[in-house]
Amino acid sequence: MANQALTLVASLNLALKQEMAKDKTVVLYGEDVGFEGGVFRVTEGLQKLYGKDRCFDVPLAEAGIIGTAIGMAINGMKPVVEMQFDGFFMEGVPQMVDHASRMRNRSRGAFSVPMVVRMPFAGGIKALEHHSESMEAFFGHIPGLKVVVPSTPFDAKGMMISAIRDPDPVIFLEPKRLYRAFKQEVPEEEYFVPLGKASLIQDGTDVTLFAYGSMVRECQKAAIEAQKMGISCMVVDLRSISPLDRDAILYAAEKTGRVVIAQEAARTFGTAAEISMIIYEHLYGKLKTPVERVTGFDIAMPLLKGEDMYLVDSFRILEGIKKVMGKA
Amino acid sequence: MFLEKYTDKLNTDMVQILTPEGVLDENLRPKEFTDEIVLELYKKMVFCRMCSDRALKMQRSGRMGTFTSVEGQEALQIATEFAIKKQDWVVPAFRELAVMWAHGVPMENIYQYWIGNEMGSRPPQGVHVLPVSIPVGSQMLHGVGLSWAAKLQGKDEIAVNYFGDGATSEGDFHEAMNFAGVFKTPTIFICQNNQFAISTPRAIQTASKTIAQKALGYGFPGVLVDGNDLFAMYAVTKEAEQRARKGDGPTLIEAYTYRFGDHSSSDDATKYREKSEVEAWRPKDPMKRLQVYLGKKGLWNEKIEEDMRAKFQVEVDAITEKAIAMPVQTVDEIFDYTYAELPPALAEQKAYLKTMLAKKAALRPQAEGEPQRATAIKEEGGTNG
Ligand SMILES: Cc1ncc(C[n+]2csc(CCOP(=O)(O)OP(=O)(O)O)c2C)c(N)n1
Repeated sequence: MANQALTLVASLNLALKQEMAKDKTVVLYGEDVGFEGGVFRVTEGLQKLYGKDRCFDVPLAEAGIIGTAIGMAINGMKPVVEMQFDGFFMEGVPQMVDHASRMRNRSRGAFSVPMVVRMPFAGGIKALEHHSESMEAFFGHIPGLKVVVPSTPFDAKGMMISAIRDPDPVIFLEPKRLYRAFKQEVPEEEYFVPLGKASLIQDGTDVTLFAYGSMVRECQKAAIEAQKMGISCMVVDLRSISPLDRDAILYAAEKTGRVVIAQEAARTFGTAAEISMIIYEHLYGKLKTPVERVTGFDIAMPLLKGEDMYLVDSFRILEGIKKVMGKA
Repeated sequence: MFLEKYTDKLNTDMVQILTPEGVLDENLRPKEFTDEIVLELYKKMVFCRMCSDRALKMQRSGRMGTFTSVEGQEALQIATEFAIKKQDWVVPAFRELAVMWAHGVPMENIYQYWIGNEMGSRPPQGVHVLPVSIPVGSQMLHGVGLSWAAKLQGKDEIAVNYFGDGATSEGDFHEAMNFAGVFKTPTIFICQNNQFAISTPRAIQTASKTIAQKALGYGFPGVLVDGNDLFAMYAVTKEAEQRARKGDGPTLIEAYTYRFGDHSSSDDATKYREKSEVEAWRPKDPMKRLQVYLGKKGLWNEKIEEDMRAKFQVEVDAITEKAIAMPVQTVDEIFDYTYAELPPALAEQKAYLKTMLAKKAALRPQAEGEPQRATAIKEEGGTNG
């Protein structure tokens, strides 16, 4: 079958379309996902194709959406529900934390919650308040949840298929800034990108850059600039926040001996802190310089005119690279 | 058989005083509504619609972020505001440009917020209007708390919650209504049923015949009112206000209206609703019936309208210019309001950001940067030392 050049949105749409065709228990619902196909059009055309029983709009209630999806998942369905924006997941988080994450453990395996909660993730599109949130570390802190973030159209499809087939609840974060940022060849046939595995974006010898979501692109840009200064960067896309790919982190960190981690979320208790700790625990004494975190700040994401000040960009990542190279 | 026998036959009548054709039920006319007052309120509605339209234009020309138009909902917002006192609290969602302005938030601040600067959410001293609340339904509990605090402290203040039909589906709506009922708080709930939550029609929010009748389950009155009727919205809200002030507790008012515009500047409503539906609502525009009514009194004609608009146009232009000229956030501003006192780690982050921005500004050729941003960064670099 032929490959097509697709955006991340189109790739997700394709994955959902194909999974719905293969598995009648897959249902999609959320706010404006049915008739309209979602505010970002990820579910566009699917109601027309599969009917109102499988792709539908529901009342404006996030706890309602997630709570009912838990019940559906326990009773044989595969709900793939949408949170319209990352900030509004908050209204549904109690259901996720109190029940979805624990049902398997609570019932000692009698019940499980194989559901996917999709949502546009993080900033960069100059949206309103609560539309640019990065809460991945918070979700990653909850036992029983998987948290993944694709950064390319190829990974998006492969990870969505894996998420739908996963036996546990998956929070699927879609970097909204990358939805239509670029196209990539995406195979028509089914393939899996395993959840919990990082990917090597480019190899290098001097510094290892860890990132996920839209920060991967910023790292790639910084790596190009660094190359001009004679610094060779390895770029690793984590793709999964929970579980973290510890083997990949340790391999990549040890290889260059210098680590910069880019994270858009607020700094304190972030994903970068956890990665740093994994490195510290396993590679103590083997790094050439301390790990450098380039992160968001411990403040609310500013409204749009202040967004650029907040966001981690290739410039700040490059400064981090220079710092670990002793060139700052 | 039991279900049928024991289920209340709920009233679905709608309060209307001024019909869409401009015919007034004189018996129901609020006594405060002299011709001068009606004209005054009509003018406010026109001004707000013009400001809302201008904001959409600013958004289209890249001078504003996402904006949610108030078109069609002016009468209910202006009327309900007129029914309360200066010290009362207005608790908005995000489509409340008219009531926020009427209750004392300067229009340029409202613009500043939508342009994307938090400073726009800081009301002048003594103006009891909470900032725009984006998470749907979440603000209603605040309104209950505000008015509850007033009751506990013996203050003569009530709170008015504004929200949409979509918001009634959120759990927060239930909790707010329930607390208000149990503690008999002086709260007015104004549900602006504009028939849509983005693309989702009202029928998908609730199987209840009306939203008003939901109040019964919480033990207080709920009334369905023509939200495009300035007279009816005022009369019912006034009654609710007096009830709240007397200590008799909350009221739910379902303002039956229509969202003429797109949900927001990022939305295209033609995708999910027929043009004919919008056209069918046009004759019920809250402005039109007032024009007929005032026309009969010799207070309105095309010429008066034109002159009024010309005068407002000048004001709206001035407000636009003022809002555009307002500075963007400084680094200090985005950090300094996180806590009353900046913790040391945050102070460090702030200093780091200032250094980064200064370095970046030094790199960037002058022509590339937006002039506004460039100066803001230069100042920051300066204070950083
Ligand atoms: C908790 C939450 N979920 C989703 C959204 C996204 N959203 C913004 S407005 C809106 C529809 C709101 O409908 P309604 O309450 O009827 O108010 P209206 O827009 O009609 O004024 C939605 C779903 C949000 N802002 N907050």
